[in-house]
Amino acid sequence: MTPLQRRALLLAPFGFAAIGGSAMWVLLERLRDGAYDPHAVPDPMVGKPVPHFALPGLQPGSGFDTAEVLKHAPLLLNFFASWCLPCAQEATELMRLKQRGLPIWGVVYKDKPDAAAAFLKQNGNPYRRVAVDEPGRVAIDFGLYGVPETYLVDRQGILRWRWAGGLSPSVVRDWLTPLLKTYT
Amino acid sequence: MIPELGHFALALAVAIAAAQAVLPLWGAHERDPRLMAAAPGLALGQMIALLASYACLIWSAVVDDFSVYNIAENSSSTKPLLYKITGTWGNHEGSILLWCLILAVCGGAVGLFGRRLPSPLRARVIGVLGCVSAGFLLFTLTASNPFTRLWPPPINGHDMNPLLQDPGLAFHPPVLYSGYIGFSIPFAFAIAALLEGRVDAAWGRWVRPWTLAAWSLLTGGIALGSWWAYYELGWGGYWFWDPVENASLLPWLAGTALLHSAIVVEKREALKIWTILLAIGTFSLSLCGTFLVRSGILNSVHAFAVSPTRGVFILVLLALVIGSSLVLFAFRAPAMAPTGIFAPISREGTLVLNNVLLCSICAVVLTGTTYPLFSAVFGEKLSVGPPYFELTVFPLCIPLFAAMSVGQVLPWKRAALWPALRRLWWAALAAAVVAAVVAFGVHHALTALGFGAAAWLILGALAEPVQRLRLFRVPFSHARARAAAQPMAVWGSAIAHAGLGVTVAGIAGMTLAMHLIVAVAPGHTAHLDGYDFTLLDLHDASGPNYTARVADLRITHHGQEIATLHPMRRHFTIQNQTTADTAIQTNGFRDLYTVLGGERDGKAILRLNVNPLAPWIWFGALVMACGGALSLADRRLRIGAPARRRREAAVYGAAE
Repeated sequence: MTPLQRRALLLAPFGFAAIGGSAMWVLLERLRDGAYDPHAVPDPMVGKPVPHFALPGLQPGSGFDTAEVLKHAPLLLNFFASWCLPCAQEATELMRLKQRGLPIWGVVYKDKPDAAAAFLKQNGNPYRRVAVDEPGRVAIDFGLYGVPETYLVDRQGILRWRWAGGLSPSVVRDWLTPLLKTYT
Repeated sequence: MIPELGHFALALAVAIAAAQAVLPLWGAHERDPRLMAAAPGLALGQMIALLASYACLIWSAVVDDFSVYNIAENSSSTKPLLYKITGTWGNHEGSILLWCLILAVCGGAVGLFGRRLPSPLRARVIGVLGCVSAGFLLFTLTASNPFTRLWPPPINGHDMNPLLQDPGLAFHPPVLYSGYIGFSIPFAFAIAALLEGRVDAAWGRWVRPWTLAAWSLLTGGIALGSWWAYYELGWGGYWFWDPVENASLLPWLAGTALLHSAIVVEKREALKIWTILLAIGTFSLSLCGTFLVRSGILNSVHAFAVSPTRGVFILVLLALVIGSSLVLFAFRAPAMAPTGIFAPISREGTLVLNNVLLCSICAVVLTGTTYPLFSAVFGEKLSVGPPYFELTVFPLCIPLFAAMSVGQVLPWKRAALWPALRRLWWAALAAAVVAAVVAFGVHHALTALGFGAAAWLILGALAEPVQRLRLFRVPFSHARARAAAQPMAVWGSAIAHAGLGVTVAGIAGMTLAMHLIVAVAPGHTAHLDGYDFTLLDLHDASGPNYTARVADLRITHHGQEIATLHPMRRHFTIQNQTTADTAIQTNGFRDLYTVLGGERDGKAILRLNVNPLAPWIWFGALVMACGGALSLADRRLRIGAPARRRREAAVYGAAE
């Protein structure tokens, strides 16, 4: 190694630190202008079509894929798991939505089918169809933040709304109901 | 009056720190013995001023002086006394003052215990610590003063975030901060060495105990934090790859690498530039960890609300500290020539491998933690979750664990792999048997791999003492006599390595955790993994500053009563916030973990977990920290003038 190369190598840590520092600076400036909110959950998929997927069903029901979702849209797509406490808590709200006649399709996220079936027996089954995403791959395509998470698919198969976290009466009243008027 | 005294002591500390930053460094440059001799006194003076200042803050909190803005915002008269004291560091201003206090204590410690250091080196180390202190104290005094008054004072304060009102978290920040800031001492030694242009075995020997102390504290601090997340958040997990958790893991990984590469500097005078860079990098990561998390850029449950203006101040300070040290490094490091040479297969070789792997893990975690930030710079918003970290960190752990046990039995300089591996055949065999038995029992490859790795690490850690004692090869009484003659560091390192094995076993055990979320009516029973959880009653209760809903849960195993647990939901009235208070029953080998969620139609929603080996995760970390502390007790790290130490190093080098 020539002395020059050696010096360049030893300057590399400073270079990395400088790049990192400048990035922080940009973000802090944006934070100050109110152009950046670190606490917002990213919504990369809202406004885009339903990603391509095909999932097996929760026995005895059959699974579904993108084409079937498009055929039956508009509908709510709800990701849940038996191991998640807020999922059990939002069950009441989902049952209420079911009574309003809104089709809700469920996707079991990273969970054993048996456990999910037992969960539905325990908490009531608000879903018309339930598919199982045991490895959680489809969830990645949706940009899932965690469970429970709910998506509204409109007639054209475009994702119009995403809610990360449990549905509550106030969420349904303030967010979902106005959107339902527009998109159904 | 008392807050003004605290404010004054803080201002005094700034002045002393400024003197500490300038005089000793100038003295060392000019070879002026009087200026150099001033260093310890200044460091101790700054420490005493800050101790007084912090005592004033605690006093104001204890007597409920709500005319102090910080106390009014974060305390209330109904808060228990313990949390009034620990609440002083549960907010931005107080935690930064604590940060400065611990940095001053580090400087004071070098002043007190560094009498045997050559005086230019000591002056430079204390001077560098003074520079860092002066910057952050100036920030505290001008932009984040905890003693600001509020007039008229409110009748009662706003109270503290209820999640922080917990004994585990009360002591987590001081321990964690001591670990973070403890790495300022190796950092100061590295900068001093760059200024002097010299790194030798003696330098390695001086740096190691400070690194070891900081590392042990950081290990303990991370374990406390993870334990808190486990029982207080009530999510059933122990590590969530949250940016704040990662921020503490990064300096730990770099610090672990530093700890090991400093051994090579001490014993073999190699890896000098690398060790200096690690010392700078570890402290830089600690700084970024504490401050970027606090600047509000990262989305995290732990972030205090901080104005972006303060963030800019902090960023400028970080740029000054980290930037100037890296520039100094780029210009002065080429002068450090290694003198010791070694073959790839040798103790040094495996320590290099250890460094490469630890730094790779560090880089991977750093990438995952900062990637969302960098993508945000380019206007894209995304988050990186646990799947990324699990997919990238676990594969790197496999070679790391494999090399760990092998490295400990390799001799220095040049070694043959085969004889070393032959010394480990019994550990390898036992690990394979454990992995096979587990695989047969639970049909889960990752779990089996984890238990196999744990057995390999624990037994491999014992291999070095066994080899040194010639256990099973000489009569037992001889081995016992040899045991008494071994340096403490041998036991310390064996225990610390075994501690990692215990933690890995705990993590592997947690992959077998069972959980159930059920709605149970009072009088009914839920079943999980052979345990019966009977909900006896649901009732209301009240605490000093909260009201609670309590579930009485009786747990039986095959009809035999184990315990009655009381998971509850606490509603903190002033902050209007609800927390879940988990109830855990442990027998050391498994935790029964219960959380009370909401209530529905007269039924309680319960989260029930059976977590095998969960306590081992934190117990292993405690063992690691104790191993580090035991190494600190080694005579070799404490005795001898520098010249004598260097001779000793040669003797030990020959003996090993």
